[in-house]
Amino acid sequence: MTWSWDVFFHVIPLIFKGLWITLGLTIACYAFAMIFGFFWVFMNRIPWKPVNWLFRWIAEFIRSTPPLVQLFFIYYAWPAIPGIGIALNPFAAAILGLGLHFSTYTSEVYRSGIESVEKGQWEAATALNLSVKQKWLHIILPQAIPPTIPMLGNYLIIMFKEVPLASTIGVVAMLHIANDYGAQYYKFVEPLTVVALFFLLLSYPSALLIRKLERKYNRRFDKRTATL
Amino acid sequence: MNAPIVQYKNIRKAFGDIEVLKGIDLDIAPGEKVALIGPSGSGKTTIIRLLMTLEEPTSGVIEVNGDNLWMMEKGSKMLPADEKHLRAIRGDIGMVFQHFNLFPHMTILENCMLAPTIVKKKEKAAVRKNALEMLYKVGLSDKVDLYPSQLSGGQKQRVAMARALMMKPKVMLFDEVTSALDPELVGEVLEVIRGLAKSGEMAMILVTHEMDFALDIADRVLFLNEGVIEEEGHPEEILVNPKSERLQDFLSRFTSSR
Repeated sequence: MTWSWDVFFHVIPLIFKGLWITLGLTIACYAFAMIFGFFWVFMNRIPWKPVNWLFRWIAEFIRSTPPLVQLFFIYYAWPAIPGIGIALNPFAAAILGLGLHFSTYTSEVYRSGIESVEKGQWEAATALNLSVKQKWLHIILPQAIPPTIPMLGNYLIIMFKEVPLASTIGVVAMLHIANDYGAQYYKFVEPLTVVALFFLLLSYPSALLIRKLERKYNRRFDKRTATL
Repeated sequence: MNAPIVQYKNIRKAFGDIEVLKGIDLDIAPGEKVALIGPSGSGKTTIIRLLMTLEEPTSGVIEVNGDNLWMMEKGSKMLPADEKHLRAIRGDIGMVFQHFNLFPHMTILENCMLAPTIVKKKEKAAVRKNALEMLYKVGLSDKVDLYPSQLSGGQKQRVAMARALMMKPKVMLFDEVTSALDPELVGEVLEVIRGLAKSGEMAMILVTHEMDFALDIADRVLFLNEGVIEEEGHPEEILVNPKSERLQDFLSRFTSSR
């Protein structure tokens, strides 16, 4: 096997097309995970223990099983279940599968953020007669979310790197294109190298950005907690 | 005497197995200033937290303006109060906390403006004007755009009072508001409370360890011990000529610092 710069430069534009799919899928999955994360938090705060247990167990189950198995289940097994089965296209199945899996992580991040808000903040909000919705919107979430931004950013990068799993159910993104190219021309090294380079090119600066955010929000949070 | 604005009727409160209030009966007249004193763990703070709806009584009735706070009528049945019922009554009550509990993500001005704007839905410009006046009254006109973290403890507590006053409560609760302050900052906070007490028609319930202060501003002092009101009366009577041995004992611990 020899390295060919011709092949290398030839596959760059092909795989670049897939990059947009990968990015689009990452954003879609992440948006799903961000929004659905609140669903788990909400279900855990319903003042009825059996509901809390049920949803905590479901979330634990999703968190503890591999996302690849979940993708296969949603794409191949779910449509075959009589009554509730729905056949999704690969893209939708990937959003649901990866989004759901990562929502169980984001919910933990939200939970830790919410618990970091002092009890006195709830009490002051009650004393000022804010409604439950107003307490969340104006007092709790504005304090709970900013310190979790670095952690949420980390999950964005991790998700970006998990998105190639979607190629296994036929989403034609970078990895899929590279694989097809390899299968067609018996050239795997160059296209896969290009895929890896694209991932590195996006992940590394993002990681640096997250680290910067982390420093910024940690500092802000320290200043705040030091003074009540 | 006017009809009481707040009435406690045989109020009991237990946390798990520990009963902290063992049958409290208490009437507060409109505009009356009441000081609650007693050793720590005697249930003083719990009394006012029940009125602020931060804790629910185990049994007994609390009435505000004749309305049952913790129970509501639904048809012919009495049901535990829901959030809507509590909100309707809670509007007359305000509270200042030992640890200030200012909102750290908002400026001083925003802290004061939030509740009137979103709870009472008042016009923002009017609320702003009102908030600036209130902050002027507590002596913080030059701090309105700062964040709570940039203030001293005494300044924070004065903001907390301005914030609570913005809602124009008929009863204001003070929960050991000087206990978390450095000694040299206590005076400025007491001065503001004294001003409120002398000028306002607002009823005030103060949980305090400042005996001289209680003597000065209170119409009535209640001595709480182990969950019951052990002695109550005019401040002179209670603080200068205490009858019960427990109260004498309790007060003797303060003489050194007076």
